[in-house]
Amino acid sequence: MLDSHPHSDRIAEILEAHRGLEGPLLPILHAIQEAFGHVPEAAVPQIAKALTMSKAEVHGVISFYHDFRKAPAGRHVLKLCRAEACQTMGADAVAEQIKKALGIDWHETTPDGRVTLEPVFCLGLCACGPSAMVDGRLVGRCDESVLAEVAK
Amino acid sequence: MKIYVPLDSAAVALGADKVAAAITDEAARRGVTVEVVRNGSRGMVWLEPLVEVVSAEGRLGFGPMAVADVAGLFGDLASHPKAVGLVEELPWMKGQTRLTFARVGVIDPLSLDDYRAHGGLVGLERAVKMAAPEIVAEVTESGLRGRGGAGFPTGIKWKTVSEAVADQKYIVCNADEGDSATFADRMLMEGDPFTLIEGMAIAGLATGATKGYVYIRSEYPVAIRVMEAAVRIAREAGVLGPRFDMEIRVGAGAYVCGEETSLLNSLEGKRGVVRAKPPLPALQGFLGRPTVVNNVISLASVPVIMARGAAYYKDFGLGRSRGTIPLQIAGNVRFGGLYEVAFGLTLGQIVNEIGGGTASGRPVKAVQVGGPLGAWFPVSLFDTPFGYEEFGAKDGLIGHAGLTVADDTIDMLQMARFAMEFCAIESCGKCTPCRIGSIRGVETLDRLARGDTSAIPLITDLCNTMKLGSLCALGGFTPYPVMSALTHFPDDFVRAKEAAE
Ligand SMILES: Cc1cc2nc3c(=O)[nH]c(=O)nc-3n(C[C@H](O)[C@H](O)[C@H](O)COP(=O)(O)O)c2cc1C
Ligand code: SF4
Ligand code: FES
Repeated sequence: MLDSHPHSDRIAEILEAHRGLEGPLLPILHAIQEAFGHVPEAAVPQIAKALTMSKAEVHGVISFYHDFRKAPAGRHVLKLCRAEACQTMGADAVAEQIKKALGIDWHETTPDGRVTLEPVFCLGLCACGPSAMVDGRLVGRCDESVLAEVAK
Repeated sequence: MKIYVPLDSAAVALGADKVAAAITDEAARRGVTVEVVRNGSRGMVWLEPLVEVVSAEGRLGFGPMAVADVAGLFGDLASHPKAVGLVEELPWMKGQTRLTFARVGVIDPLSLDDYRAHGGLVGLERAVKMAAPEIVAEVTESGLRGRGGAGFPTGIKWKTVSEAVADQKYIVCNADEGDSATFADRMLMEGDPFTLIEGMAIAGLATGATKGYVYIRSEYPVAIRVMEAAVRIAREAGVLGPRFDMEIRVGAGAYVCGEETSLLNSLEGKRGVVRAKPPLPALQGFLGRPTVVNNVISLASVPVIMARGAAYYKDFGLGRSRGTIPLQIAGNVRFGGLYEVAFGLTLGQIVNEIGGGTASGRPVKAVQVGGPLGAWFPVSLFDTPFGYEEFGAKDGLIGHAGLTVADDTIDMLQMARFAMEFCAIESCGKCTPCRIGSIRGVETLDRLARGDTSAIPLITDLCNTMKLGSLCALGGFTPYPVMSALTHFPDDFVRAKEAAE
């Protein structure tokens, strides 16, 4: 009963695939997010049981890390670097233009579910800022034209 | 024809994948056989994507390449509009002492044959024939200090782990590289992953650790992919195996997980909160076992030390900063990228002579050295030589050797505010001065921005409280960028008042 929800079979597979690892929780959470686009609430008791942790502990870990989502993101995820080196190249102004064009703030998704906007603190592209990541693809010397990549 | 196109993240962010595809297409169209090798970056980010064509004289560079420039690679190379000449002869390359980065940009990162042909595995082969204490002594003698920020002598850390008695010990590589303006770890892992693997294997021999982990931040997809492939290749070739094996682990977007004890908690699958020390990770680290935690560059510098000897490495440098340091020159700078050189250049030489001043062409106003927890240096301190003690003496730090150059349009009050905001966002929450103090810091700087100069003593007090009452350097060092901004650029904190009135 505990394990019967729409994702439970896939999660069981993921848990099985990570057996024997030392400290398996982060790899498991990454794999679940990869599979579902977020870490479903219903996964928590299943993970807790498999790793003999309390549900509260699993929750605590999920909520500690910026990467793990409790709900699916928009169709596209646009991450803009907010860190110092990119700021010196005008990252703040680019971010303001993009927020205005999308009509959303950081951590929000456009009402049509098209784009989720997230800050990131450095992508290691600090000599060609401002930098961005669009659905996992890296963009250097980014400006508001990056929006063309998330137009659909 | 053999053509190199970097797979390095910065090159890819500037279009390298498209250029590589265009080269393959153009070659097919012309019926020319081309071998495209995806190499690391040479570190000249302003030239990326930098394509190299192998010629009889050496490797000819072309950059920054666009898809439109590809057809020209199949014509007269000398008259190509993006030709920069022989890459090895460029002043940027000739001025460096590339020890740790000797192979980055040169070899195919995933070819173990290429790695061997360029001196790879010589250090490990020597270490295999030595007793553990001899390896530790060699690393200690080299003067190598941790490149992750704190500058702790690597050999001494290894000695503690080596002498600890336990059924299992670990080597953990810190590849969390969260500091703005740093990308040396990323470039090394993408451009020469076997060097890190070799360094970790040597650390294993020196300490009796048989298992290693590389904790790579999730913001580095290319580095993760290359390292995972390299570990597989090294295992198949028997470089990794029962004697020492390793796994790649991926972080989850928390800056504080670069702090070594927070990293260990994260690796164990816990919240990334900082642990109190003692116990030292060297004695009770991953899963409570003796653990070496070292930065990527610390570990990747070990193979060259073992191959060429401690004395060779130690001969470079200044004062107690021995060897070379991969400077990462970033921000608003004309020639940004990675430049490996012996310690001792002055900040002014780095910013003006190597970096060529700002990208905007405006005057340099400030340079932040050592990432978000590092101090902002004004031009009046440009005579400071690059070394741990030398920067410490000027109330700064070199950290992971990243430099953010800013021109005269930067508002230092806003940068101070950002430092506090960043600390508030990334605090692990364990200590009040860091968790709450940083939020107060943002509020207080906002008061200053509104023209309330009576808030200046408050911010000074708050910084003192954070410095003294924080368990780790996130809360403890955030005062560096804040106080350096206030000390060196007081006008920015007063101008805000005039603007507000
Ligand atoms: C907030 C914080 C973040 C840190 N981030 C990193 C990091 O990303 N990479 C790193 O190597 N060290 C980082 N450090 C330093 C580590 O705690 C530790 O000193 C280092 O990994 C030891 O390796 P080393 O001796 O080779 O430098 C950080 C420290 C603090 C306080
Ligand atoms: S200083 Fe901040 S990040 Fe460091 S242990 Fe304390 S609360 Fe955590
Ligand atoms: S500061 Fe933006 S990529 Fe590093």
